[in-house]
Amino acid sequence: MRSSRMTHRSAVTAVVGLTMVTIASCGGGGDDSGGSGAGGDGASDLSLLMNVENNEIPGTLTTLSENACADQNDAAPLSVETVPQTNLDQQLQLLAGQGGLPTLYAAGNAPDLTKTLAESGHVLDFQEALTELDVIDNVEPAAISTIEALYGGFNVLPFEYNIEGIWYNTAMFDEHGVTVPETWDDLVAAAQAFADAGITPFSASGDQGWPITRLIGNYLFRSIGPDALQRVADGEASLTDPEYVEAAQAVADLGSAEFFGQGVGSIDMDTSTNEFISGNAAMYYMGSWALSDFNDDERNDIGVDNIGFMPFPDVEGGAGDRSQLAANVGLPVTMNAEAYGDATADWLSCIAENYGSAALEEYNRVSGFTVNNPVDDVGQLTQEVQDQVSATDEAVLWFEALFNTEATNTSQRNAAPLVTGSISAEEFMGMVQDDLG
Amino acid sequence: MEQVLGDKKSIAILVGPALLVYSLVMLVPVFWSLGYIMFEGNAVTGFRYVGLANFADLLSDSKVHDALLFTLRYALVITIGQVLLGYGLALLYVFVLRRYSSLIRTLVFFPIVLPTVAVALLFQQLFSVAPQNGVVNSLINVFGVDSVDWFGDGGTAFIVIAIMDIWRSMGFYGVLLFAGLVEIPEDVLESARIDGSGGWKMLRHIVLPLSLPVLVSAIIFSINGTLKVFDSILALTNGGPGTSTSPLTIYMFQTSFTYGEYGYGSSVALLLTIICLMVTVVIFRASRRDLTKG
Repeated sequence: MRSSRMTHRSAVTAVVGLTMVTIASCGGGGDDSGGSGAGGDGASDLSLLMNVENNEIPGTLTTLSENACADQNDAAPLSVETVPQTNLDQQLQLLAGQGGLPTLYAAGNAPDLTKTLAESGHVLDFQEALTELDVIDNVEPAAISTIEALYGGFNVLPFEYNIEGIWYNTAMFDEHGVTVPETWDDLVAAAQAFADAGITPFSASGDQGWPITRLIGNYLFRSIGPDALQRVADGEASLTDPEYVEAAQAVADLGSAEFFGQGVGSIDMDTSTNEFISGNAAMYYMGSWALSDFNDDERNDIGVDNIGFMPFPDVEGGAGDRSQLAANVGLPVTMNAEAYGDATADWLSCIAENYGSAALEEYNRVSGFTVNNPVDDVGQLTQEVQDQVSATDEAVLWFEALFNTEATNTSQRNAAPLVTGSISAEEFMGMVQDDLG
Repeated sequence: MEQVLGDKKSIAILVGPALLVYSLVMLVPVFWSLGYIMFEGNAVTGFRYVGLANFADLLSDSKVHDALLFTLRYALVITIGQVLLGYGLALLYVFVLRRYSSLIRTLVFFPIVLPTVAVALLFQQLFSVAPQNGVVNSLINVFGVDSVDWFGDGGTAFIVIAIMDIWRSMGFYGVLLFAGLVEIPEDVLESARIDGSGGWKMLRHIVLPLSLPVLVSAIIFSINGTLKVFDSILALTNGGPGTSTSPLTIYMFQTSFTYGEYGYGSSVALLLTIICLMVTVVIFRASRRDLTKG
């Protein structure tokens, strides 16, 4: 009898013990992630969360980790994780909420999210950190001012400094006797000429949406002026005003004329790039980050010599002009303030000093870091872009730059329905305006 | 055995751990989420008490209305498709294939075992239009019809979603209803046959009433599953183009985690819970009335 009671008691103890272990292990994750931010020495690795579409930043950092920053990499090894760009904002908010942001991370689709993260102490102040490390001279002042205009402070690293415009197939233009358009009407006429010849005039990704809304933004900057969207942000104008709807209508008209070709609603980023560099489309609106694809001989069937760059054309009678290039820092990367410590600070100095040359050498990429080691063999198109950058006095942003996350999402998700005719220009602008609140 | 189950202490020991774990991983988050309804903000920015403001927004938010309509439309179409085709398959197994049905059963059941994302990728390729035509577009081209951008329009995207989800799950409902049909006593069927009923008459007056309980279970199962659809749509269209294929769950996910409005997301979740409860109660009531009549 006694032995049975003993067994009974030990069974109870075992069950209670097991339960405690289960509870402890359930709760353990929360404790760990909460505690990681509190450490004074920062992170002991250089973990990077990147949108999967961008392989250059991880690539360049990997090159640095093997060469110029090998010592720093021994102290804090680089590791890369990726997430699709469309899921990035969710991932960042979840990780930030759990205190689990990695050391470096892509800063979100909307600058608004980066500002929120900065306010809650998840973003390093680079002005202060780079000054303290005495490497701030390695960042181009133009890049810093663009970042400050967008993010309200020096909150992200300019791994890219891009200009945007329309890339065109020069061979196709010559073959069909089309001159480089300088006005919107010329652009539409050129598109019509290609469509008549059975060539898709524009390649664009409706799956991503933003390559289409960029056209709306640029049209607004040309027709209303460089402050067009600042006025919307300040509440002085509404996207539903006729002069704003006109821009969306102009882009919708490109869609209804089928200038974007078949399947624009579902084409993803890679496919849209391939359509252009395999010679199936005459024009392609994109940022200068596309140079790495253009310079990739294996992917580029039309040859980099057959690609030209034109700024977004003028809108007749508009207040803006084509010298005002759209410029940005891409989808930038920032550093988690909580992970900043000795090892990561070392990395940061090394990046500031070496990134500019490494990116230019490896990917033909113009970044916001100075090029400290001369790079030979810069492609002609890359040089052209570099010249365009230095010739630009006034830069404009993009359509959603000053929008909140919700309006950004609504705008980009509804770009495809706009050009396929599922929604009208008024409805499109109305939906985005509603979300601006 | 009776002695063991009669002892309260042993019941507590047997049920306790499971109940505790269940409470921790299910009930606590459920009530936690309910608590969010009264707040605005998120884990990054902090929370602010707003009372019932989230509910007021819910009533006037046109996006919620659109998502709700889509959810109901989806649930209706998919439930009808799943259960009807499932029932058809079950009848086929029991009355036509009989003992030789196991191979067909396994093959038709197979898609439900595949990961949703893999199935969605498969359907994306089947219905693709660019850079190359998928199988479906190539097929309709043969008949002289132009290629369709299936995912470029809400209407056609819905058709693809419906085909995919019905194809994926009809085998499961086939097996579920098959289990109900084999329970019908052979002698009842035999006597009906002797009385001269066959085919449609037999189905209408014997098979359908006798398999009604399992049919009702299948409908409740299906409608609750389809009202909460998330993964298949997220993987196939991500709610697009625009928001034309966004059910309440995707809208809830976006408000909570993309726009950082946990409270509003929780309100949408509560709305969905209430709808699921209401639908279940209605079906239960309706089916009980039928059974007493029968």
